[in-house]
Amino acid sequence: MTQPLLEMRNIVKSFSGVRALNGVSIKLTGGEVLSICGENGSGKSTLMKVLSGVWPFGSYEGDIFFEGQPVKASGIRDTEALGIVIIHQELALVKDMSILENIFLGNELGGFTQLNDEEMYRTTRDLLKQVKLDVSPNTLIRELGVGQQQLVEIAKALNKNVKLLILDEPTSSLTRNEIHILLDIVQGLKAQGIACIYISHKLDEVLALSNWVAVIRDGDHIGTKSATELTQNDIIGMMVGRELEELFPREEHDIGDVVLQVTHAQAMQAGASVPQVNDVSFTLRRGEILGIAGLIGSGRTELMQCIYGCYDGRYSASIEMEGKPLKIRSQREALASGIAMVPEDRKRHGIVPIMGVGKNISLSVLRDYITSFGGINLGSIDESRESQEIIDYISRLKVKTASPELPIKNLSGGNQQKAIIAKCLLTNPKILILDEPTRGIDVGAKYEIYKLMHALVKEGVSIIMVSSELPEVIGISDRVLVMHEGSLKGEFDHQGLTQEMIMNCAIKEGV
Amino acid sequence: MFKAIKTSQLQLLAMIAAMLIIIVFFSVATEGAFISPRNISNLIRQTAIVGVLAIGMVFVIISAEIDLSVGSMMGLLGGVAAILDVWLHLPIALTILITVCAGLVLGLFNGWWIAYQRVPSFIVTLAGMLAFRGILVGLTDGATVAPTSSDLSIIGQSYIPSGWGISVIGVLCLGLVAQVYSRRKARVNHGLENTKAKFEYTKAFIVVAVLLGLLVSLENYRGIPTPILVMGGLILLATYIAKRTAFGRRVYAIGGNIEAARMSGVNVEWNKMWIFGFNGMMVAIAALILTSRLGAGSPSAGNMAELDAIAACVIGGTSLAGGIGTVFGAIMGALIMASLDNGMSMLDVPTFWQLIVKGSILLLAVWLDVKTKKTNK
Repeated sequence: MTQPLLEMRNIVKSFSGVRALNGVSIKLTGGEVLSICGENGSGKSTLMKVLSGVWPFGSYEGDIFFEGQPVKASGIRDTEALGIVIIHQELALVKDMSILENIFLGNELGGFTQLNDEEMYRTTRDLLKQVKLDVSPNTLIRELGVGQQQLVEIAKALNKNVKLLILDEPTSSLTRNEIHILLDIVQGLKAQGIACIYISHKLDEVLALSNWVAVIRDGDHIGTKSATELTQNDIIGMMVGRELEELFPREEHDIGDVVLQVTHAQAMQAGASVPQVNDVSFTLRRGEILGIAGLIGSGRTELMQCIYGCYDGRYSASIEMEGKPLKIRSQREALASGIAMVPEDRKRHGIVPIMGVGKNISLSVLRDYITSFGGINLGSIDESRESQEIIDYISRLKVKTASPELPIKNLSGGNQQKAIIAKCLLTNPKILILDEPTRGIDVGAKYEIYKLMHALVKEGVSIIMVSSELPEVIGISDRVLVMHEGSLKGEFDHQGLTQEMIMNCAIKEGV
Repeated sequence: MFKAIKTSQLQLLAMIAAMLIIIVFFSVATEGAFISPRNISNLIRQTAIVGVLAIGMVFVIISAEIDLSVGSMMGLLGGVAAILDVWLHLPIALTILITVCAGLVLGLFNGWWIAYQRVPSFIVTLAGMLAFRGILVGLTDGATVAPTSSDLSIIGQSYIPSGWGISVIGVLCLGLVAQVYSRRKARVNHGLENTKAKFEYTKAFIVVAVLLGLLVSLENYRGIPTPILVMGGLILLATYIAKRTAFGRRVYAIGGNIEAARMSGVNVEWNKMWIFGFNGMMVAIAALILTSRLGAGSPSAGNMAELDAIAACVIGGTSLAGGIGTVFGAIMGALIMASLDNGMSMLDVPTFWQLIVKGSILLLAVWLDVKTKKTNK
């Protein structure tokens, strides 16, 4: 057997007494792909932080060897010099700089006084071609979608002399098309002898891509197996320690009258020439889960923003709720009319990180707890009623938290998401909009969220779910709308619907 | 043991420790003069103005904004109060009312530009810092407005009759202990874990002991100074607003993540404007105390006071990134700054040294804060 490129032996890492990694060992040869699977919070990211030098040598136990040499990194710079590049789940791009500037950030070409702009431009253009991103190197990152930004990150890594590329959930925010490009790129790297560690919740990708699959659960190394020996269910079984009967519980819904009717929704950024939402009309019925599919940038999120009153450009839409016309100009008005939304970007729009879980949950309904004291409104919160409701919802939605007072940033993504859903439910919505509800969430929590969606619908709530994960769209929705470049392109019933049908509709020009 | 102590508690302990070190150091250096009843009375009267400013400022900083106009605004409002009193001979109640309303209006004016017009608060209040001072000099023609009436002097210079003082402190102490008790009981009712009873009651009793000690000391001199009573009332009010009201909760949410607050239906603009409105009222009260103490409205009054207020908040653990901070911390910060001023003046430390020491303390406090947060992660 050839010498492995990377070997990590018995890595143990503790945070203030709690073991996050409990003796994990992995091995990898050049040109191979190793996938690491595990629920969120299982220790995958910690392992990668140890490997990439975020946690410096000495802060963990165990040994790391790279190309046969022991690694004693004191920071990311050391491991990058070795050729280990990590692309994080959270993108590390400077939004107000161009693609070119980001790619060369920290290792600009040229002398101290004069940058070699031409050379950098050429290189960037070639790199962008390699990742099939058809934009100018001078485009600002801010102007790109999340998926495109991810591709820039990969281009940035390719620009470094990479021997081992670590991708931490690279596809969680990509559309299918972009995922294909990414997987192609990784295959290409493999052929060049570059090794890759791939962390993903998307097991089909994992199996398609990897030579080896390592599973970590609660910091323990459950096992590493050849990908050819495994099925998705095997991996899930190893990850959760139990077999999930089915990923998408299908339940029949009792669908009622039209609750929401949106006609001629139109949205355009100031100064743009192409509308992001172009004359979209649709209806939503009581007790229905309406799935909205489409590529990233097809206007799905923007359409939801029009309904929730938070689109940041010019927009118009005539909205009727239960037959009555509705004017929504702000999030407050949306909530007041019974529309709640779980936003796509959890960190940015969903949580107040340093506030407690409970305070996050009650944030939308503080008004309801205000008590008047002897007829005078002092604006004070009835804390006993507040904590009672918070505790009820935490247990109802199975939010796993040590205490309602724990800052919400300490929770895993899945539990944060459940807390945000709890916040929405407290407003007593008739319509719940979920934008990418299961992004970056582990399998167990996903399942619980699906169950919850079914339960809500049974109570008469109507749900609009925007999702890039086609199995989820098909598995959960009653009806699916497909958007393409701002317009509504198709409508499907869930019965007999396949991923290919949606993709064809979402990608192809014309009908 | 350290694991059990939360970062916020650690910060509190550090602040108390710093305060103790300062007290002990100056007491030894001045051979006890520092803790004489007369000096303690002086010291906490000196704290009053910056303390009141810090109460307003802490809300501004928690919401991730800044207010640089506070010093000039205090000067202007103090000048307005002096003009109302000296030139127009208005009754004291009306002077107070008009000054506080003027403070509210100026604060809301700042807040409107920041919240609704989206001009960064640094710029809006920098503009205010210049313009308010300009208005003050224009109004007074650059001259001092004096002497103020004896009524106005009450706010800054008088003392509370001892019977009143003792009963106020007594009620406060009882209220505090009762509050800790009822809070613990409510938490138990909701099945929430309580911090150790010993810890919480010890904390409460230490506060009670400090209050009583202060009372004895002040009564030994001339009684509780009126401005301190005003500040105490404002501390209670502001703590109540921060901890118990929906407004306070929203201030923290806005500072913690403004986008998430907006998505949750919080009226971000309205709340922001009123944070500055509240701050303006605090500035007005500080201005009244200042004018009353000086017995005059001076065109240079309150110069650079905004920096003292910001420093007090920051030393008191308020995060300039927003979302973190307490009224109590800000007051402690103000007290630490005032103690340094007072102690160094008693030791005849040259002014330039005083500035250097204060600057260093500010840097050190924030550095320590950053350090402890990092290791606690």
